[in-house]
Amino acid sequence: MKVIESGNVAAALGVKLCRANVIAAYPITPQTPLTEKLSEFVESGQMKAEYIPVESEHSALGVCIAASSTGARAFTATSANGLLYMHEQLHWAAGARLPIVMCVANRGVGAPWTVWNDQQDSLSQRDTGWIQLYAADHQEIIDSVIKAFYVAERTSIPVMVCYDGYILSHTHMPFEVPDQEKVDAFLPPFRPGYALDPDKPANLNTVTLPETRNNIRGETAHGYMELRYLLHEDMRNAIDVVGEAGQRFNDVFSSSGTAYLDMYKCDDATFVAVAMGSLSLHLRVVADILRDEGIKLGIMDLKLYRPFPDKVMADALKGKEGVIVMEKAISYGYAGPLYSDICSALYTHAMDESLGDLPFIYNYILGLGGRAIRTTDLVDAIRPICTGGAAKDQPAWIGLKL
Amino acid sequence: MQSKPTILTLPEEEFVHPGNRACSGCGLGIAYRIGLKALGKDTIVVVPPSCLTVLQGLYPVAATKLPSLNVTFASTAAAASGVLAALKSLGREGITVVGWAGDGGTSDIGLQSLSGAAERGEDFIYICYDNEGYMNTGVQRSGTTPMGALTTNTPIFGKAQDKKNVPAIMRAHEIPYVATSCSAYPLDLFTKIEKAKTIRGTKYIHILTPCPPGWGYDPRYTVKVGKLAVETGMYDLYEVENGEFKLTGASRKLLDKRKLLPVEAYLKMQTRFKTMRDEHIKQVQDRINKRWDAYFERFKE
Amino acid sequence: MGSRECGQITSHSEPGPGDGGRTGSWRVLRPVINLDACIPSRRKVESCFICWLYCPDGVITRTIPPSIDYEYCKGCGICAEECPTKAITMVEETSVALEEK
Repeated sequence: MKVIESGNVAAALGVKLCRANVIAAYPITPQTPLTEKLSEFVESGQMKAEYIPVESEHSALGVCIAASSTGARAFTATSANGLLYMHEQLHWAAGARLPIVMCVANRGVGAPWTVWNDQQDSLSQRDTGWIQLYAADHQEIIDSVIKAFYVAERTSIPVMVCYDGYILSHTHMPFEVPDQEKVDAFLPPFRPGYALDPDKPANLNTVTLPETRNNIRGETAHGYMELRYLLHEDMRNAIDVVGEAGQRFNDVFSSSGTAYLDMYKCDDATFVAVAMGSLSLHLRVVADILRDEGIKLGIMDLKLYRPFPDKVMADALKGKEGVIVMEKAISYGYAGPLYSDICSALYTHAMDESLGDLPFIYNYILGLGGRAIRTTDLVDAIRPICTGGAAKDQPAWIGLKL
Repeated sequence: MQSKPTILTLPEEEFVHPGNRACSGCGLGIAYRIGLKALGKDTIVVVPPSCLTVLQGLYPVAATKLPSLNVTFASTAAAASGVLAALKSLGREGITVVGWAGDGGTSDIGLQSLSGAAERGEDFIYICYDNEGYMNTGVQRSGTTPMGALTTNTPIFGKAQDKKNVPAIMRAHEIPYVATSCSAYPLDLFTKIEKAKTIRGTKYIHILTPCPPGWGYDPRYTVKVGKLAVETGMYDLYEVENGEFKLTGASRKLLDKRKLLPVEAYLKMQTRFKTMRDEHIKQVQDRINKRWDAYFERFKE
Repeated sequence: MGSRECGQITSHSEPGPGDGGRTGSWRVLRPVINLDACIPSRRKVESCFICWLYCPDGVITRTIPPSIDYEYCKGCGICAEECPTKAITMVEETSVALEEK
């Protein structure tokens, strides 16, 4: 059924279709309408779930962690400083291997306060062990939420679905809402490996020693480092799971989304601009403008940020002359996170001869705290790079008015 | 109406394995062991970082025979709420959810989530075992450390501030049941937990659990110190059911006796109070006298 | 042999005694019960059992006579302190060890 609704409502509809059991909610701009919509679904009886209006974001994820440990399908949503407040719990949920799904309506972080969009909030959490998906439009939001529950429960790793605050959360777009029966076919009920149970007592997530140690049967049980390695190993394997989920999704819903990278006019492109989220769609306009000027620019929209699909990325950039990484976040004191990850991926796979010569890579930071991103500014920034313009200091910023 | 438990009628089944890492003579050891007998097998326990975390054991061996969830320091009550929500949404009934947190994890870092859960009326039992300091990390002062107590971060003059009254804070939330107990009176604790299990809504039980290394006394005196705390009026045993206050057990007996032991007897047993001067001890005694004179007046027979 | 065989991916502990090892080795003094002074042993009737009630580690049995699990008894002395007939005395562990030799 096609509807015209906001990005927040698209996410809420996805959660409803996935039959989440426990929803924890704390208001924060611009995510709030998502959890408001869920409260409407629950109170009206359209959704059978326990809705807990918690007193902080740290508690929101605390509720989800406990609910998931008890065998329930758990969901919460947040933005910016709310995400930062639950940072400790992000690490906890990943280390506890809980398939929690959380939507992040991307918003810049304080200090100073901003309510407008950038991606610093979720990108600064990339090391916590959560799978991170980035949606570029409302269809991708609802589809990603549904895929997220599937991937989370297959990998026992929590998944963050990120979408731009205001730009996507509050704007209205048409999108297809899948049928409940098809979602039920795609996403089976949650069957955890273990759920807290008086008939099968266990003590979860207690102090774990640096060294391995024997369990009550005399078998060697893990030390802390083994558990952390297993999270990393399963994160790397999750790249395939995300691909498999995407394929299965397309089969069940007769759709044609891509799992890792959406490519726009990349086949014959000499230069490629890479971005995550709605910016990638904006960049398509730039590509069309520059192609009219004879510049062969393609746009890549990265959907899976963690685990980082390094081989997919390196293969996609093989043979390109230049890569321009455009991002709404920065790792202070160095460069944009996506830029660093792409450099690392290309360098790692350069050992593979088929990669050929490495493309040059440029990093642009833009849109922080909701600074307007104007098409002319994008065109003026990208054009000189593609026409052999002078090298600039990296990363360069677009739209700065100092 | 439950009959009063006696030593002979307490369940024999142990829910805690021996050979755990609690200190020799640990007051929490008594409270936890007897408390779990009252809670019974169909219980899920939520535990923040605290002495109990260590008592319950290091991976992969658990000293506790109940399903337990270790959670971050500030989130005991939020996690207990999450367990409840999951059980309800999955239609799993008949399981008691209980948070067992220390005084630091309750009165300090855990207070926000506890207040939120109480305001929501979450149907769990929250048990705060109060050894009056961050004992697990080596005896630092917490909100419930009494005035004058030496700790590693009040090492010379002792804590300047008074003990935070957490049960009073919980009473202000108007939850259906607030009670205080002490390791020295396990039957009192057993009764109160059994009662809490029959009440719907948020239940809060605060247990004074003497700590030999933290308080500075020979471990064999754990029960004696606990009894002196109550018999001197330093710590009162009571319950508040739907707003109605009632002294219980040994505190109730003090009403009849109309006489308390001098608080000095309690303070002198513990090296943590060794720098308290006479004028400070008098201050403490005056405060106790004031509170108990009010009880004597209010509960005239 | 590595730990992968245990099949776990989380810190998931199972119930069992002795997480802290043989905590009986912590003892400097051990409690010894004089059965002539112990009320339930003397009367051969279920009674008293205050030592069972107060043991923080649950190593005393509520039986006639009560018995102490010295594998795990930490020697805190609470049972000796609280016994109403002073039937329990704390004895130097080293003297017991020498005797056992």
